[in-house]
Amino acid sequence: MTTKNTEQTPDGMRGFFVRLGRLDRRWIFLAMGLSIAVPILLKLRFPEVPGPMARATFDSIESLPDGSRVLLSFDFDPASKAELQPMANALVHHCASKGHKIVFMALWPLGKQMADQAIKEVLLEYHGDKYEYGTDYVQLGFKAGNEGVIKVLTTNVAEAYPTDASGAAASGLPLIADVRDLGSFDLVSTVSAGYPGAKEWVQYGRESMKPEARLTSGSTGVQASQLFPYYPAQLNGLLVAVKGAAEYETLVTEKYPVDRNSERLEQGRIRMGPQLVAHLLMIALIVLGNIAMIASRGTQGGAR
Amino acid sequence: MNDTNRDGSSRGGPNDAGAQPAKRPNTLLWVALAVFGIVGLSLNAFMRPEGMAKRFAVVTTVERVLVEETVPAAVEESPAAVAADPKSTQDPDPRRKWVAPEDAGLAAGTLRRVDGVEPIRWETRESVKASEAELLRSEIKPGGPVRIESSPIDSLGIWVAALLTLFILSFVYRDNPFYKVAESILIGVSAAYWMVVGFWSTIVPQLLGALAPGFVREYAMPSLPASATPGLDAALAFVPLLLGFMLLWRLAPKGGWISVWPIAFVIGTTAGIRLVGAIEADLMRQLVAAMKPLVVFEEGVAASGEAIRMFDFWGSVGSVVGVVGDLSVLTYFFFSVEHKGAVGKTARVGIWFLMISFGSAFGLTVMGRITLLLQRFEFLFTDWLNI
Amino acid sequence: MLRRTIPMLILASAGLLLIVAKFSPFTVSWQETVLGWFNILAAVAFVLGAGNLLAVNLEQISSRRPGWAYAAITLFAFAVTLVVGMFKVGAVPNGMHPDIHLAGAHDVPQAPFGWIYDYMLVPLTSTMFAMLAFYVASAAFRAFRAKNIEAILLLGTAFIILLSQTAAGMFLTGWIPEDSVFSFLRLDVMKRGITEHVQTAGMRAITIGIALGVAATSLRLIFGIDKSYLSKT
Repeated sequence: MTTKNTEQTPDGMRGFFVRLGRLDRRWIFLAMGLSIAVPILLKLRFPEVPGPMARATFDSIESLPDGSRVLLSFDFDPASKAELQPMANALVHHCASKGHKIVFMALWPLGKQMADQAIKEVLLEYHGDKYEYGTDYVQLGFKAGNEGVIKVLTTNVAEAYPTDASGAAASGLPLIADVRDLGSFDLVSTVSAGYPGAKEWVQYGRESMKPEARLTSGSTGVQASQLFPYYPAQLNGLLVAVKGAAEYETLVTEKYPVDRNSERLEQGRIRMGPQLVAHLLMIALIVLGNIAMIASRGTQGGAR
Repeated sequence: MNDTNRDGSSRGGPNDAGAQPAKRPNTLLWVALAVFGIVGLSLNAFMRPEGMAKRFAVVTTVERVLVEETVPAAVEESPAAVAADPKSTQDPDPRRKWVAPEDAGLAAGTLRRVDGVEPIRWETRESVKASEAELLRSEIKPGGPVRIESSPIDSLGIWVAALLTLFILSFVYRDNPFYKVAESILIGVSAAYWMVVGFWSTIVPQLLGALAPGFVREYAMPSLPASATPGLDAALAFVPLLLGFMLLWRLAPKGGWISVWPIAFVIGTTAGIRLVGAIEADLMRQLVAAMKPLVVFEEGVAASGEAIRMFDFWGSVGSVVGVVGDLSVLTYFFFSVEHKGAVGKTARVGIWFLMISFGSAFGLTVMGRITLLLQRFEFLFTDWLNI
Repeated sequence: MLRRTIPMLILASAGLLLIVAKFSPFTVSWQETVLGWFNILAAVAFVLGAGNLLAVNLEQISSRRPGWAYAAITLFAFAVTLVVGMFKVGAVPNGMHPDIHLAGAHDVPQAPFGWIYDYMLVPLTSTMFAMLAFYVASAAFRAFRAKNIEAILLLGTAFIILLSQTAAGMFLTGWIPEDSVFSFLRLDVMKRGITEHVQTAGMRAITIGIALGVAATSLRLIFGIDKSYLSKT
């Protein structure tokens, strides 16, 4: 990995920045890799101060009466797991700590596995003594059809999900046996990585919910921009990227601490440490790139 | 061409032996890296007591026996009654079921084992890390149905996952056969995975379950709910069955045009759903949300204790910014009018709002991408290398 | 007729039914039926995709084009995953119906299908997306040039968001009291202002524009003005 085309390069500091502008991008890749790997190994962590959106999400669930019926939709896959599983875990822990009855579903094929992971690592780990399948929680699993599934849920849940994920008849599960449509739920929360996800829940599901019911979403950073217009009129709470996950985790674990395997509810905060170094690297790269551009003005074969 | 200098030394050229030493440092570097990697991994795997990529399994033995009720049912349900009531049981013989040998019904006498049917036993395995296995070992009673044992298959899985991760990451250096192998595996596995998931979650219960419910219940989904109108459901199910075949005809060398019918159905359905959703949530609701008061007041308390309304400066600024932003960006996207004069200036302001929006979106996107890479490094360091 | 008229009628009928169903309770059951068909066709589309994959890769292998070995690997991986998934090879028996093999769970980690998911599909998919972090960094260095006001606005906003998202934001401006006159200089306050007002306004206008475009395109399709989906017939 060497720099090339050193003809017409000025001397001194200006020349340094001109050569920097022609840097092989693999050095940049290496810098990015190190900026993430080293903080992981050093286990850098920083305190999180929850922002208003995370607080709104927390309050949406906290203000519901204990034992309310909630629908959690896991609309993401392993590609977004790093950002969204922490908020999903915190969401499940929060709902279970309030004793809410939880119905799990997924609009993405691999979302069902994400929900299974939250059930295993959080629901059964910390609340397994209080939660019984069929009565306190149900896993409906994945259904193909994207927003078509949401449309069917607005009028007939049994039509969309005649059985649960294991093939047991939904009519035999007390928690959802009398559920007609989305109006039966006090809270719908989607952890969403893209399409179908939060946007579709707002577009097709919100109007069919009870006026006093809440709709919240956890979202990747990429998708969050599209969801800001919906907050707070249509989305009562919005968690954005791993930062939102870290803030929400802080609120939940402060109110409902756990006494074992606490790292399962700290993944968002753990991942914010390397974020600092990588973000500073990004800023440095933008600044250096622009300095290189300025330094290259007037030279032949300047910075790209 | 003279390849030698005046003192007889080689001047150098593309085929000159003097160029060979320049290649050797690269090769040496890769060899050194490979040796270091192999030695390091070997030391990590075999010399450290906790090893690397070691997985254990919590193995639980499960047994089920076939029983039948000793107490006759109070009401005999006719097949028609069963079909008419979706909540009724769907088992071929509702009085028989599989239960655990220690089921309370067997002890109480309300259930008895069916003669001639062997119990079915199997093991469930839950993969855990070595550290978790140590903790669990102390909690599990020896000789019971639950035990902890090492899990070579899961350890192999960690190695496979780590190697595939490194193969993909090798692309940042340059394209290479390892990356291509990993990419090929990804394409094949993901295509098959989605097909299997779609088949078992939708085609079997919704299509085959409507066309041949008895067959599906007997061989695949015994808990499939009974329909109140099985005949109508079966007749209607021929429509998606036919459309599905027509869609698959797209792969045929001739007659692929027939796939336009199901495609038209899908497009029409999507258009109908999207039209309603877009107008309701994205147009009307957004227009309502955009109509904010430009002068905002907030509730406050006067010195006398009386509740009053106070002018909220920053809230008003935010409202004005929001309204100006909405109008200017909408003006920018209105391409039917030339962007000149007042319209042009407004559109320019709209562009500024868009640039700020995109800058913010970029910042959020960066966080997301970094988190993805972070997770892969976490896997390599904690699950694989165990450092 | 078969290639143009009937598909247009199918499209218009399905679209109009779903629009009318929003306003008429009498058509709700029809809507549920049509959406059920839609969901089934969505699942069949997976089969179509797999079939296309087979066709392309088999052709590459049979013609021995460069890279055909990779096509063979693709097909092998596809075949193994398909067989263990479709036939639920090694599935964990269903606790209520252990005698029915196909009622078992094939997507748990101990089953081969679940093993492939956990140790092959998840790492491959995640790592593919993780590569984007490297390319974002490279793009930041090479492409983000503050050449005009618009670019400066974009980069300046990006700086504010990048700093405010991490502990650096609190370190740099967290000492400014929230209730002081200078609280607007706090990075977290700036971020909130940008996302809640400026970005929301920008994205709201984009959303409204997209909604109008979706409505227009949907109506063009339903009324048969846009026939691009018939282009090959």
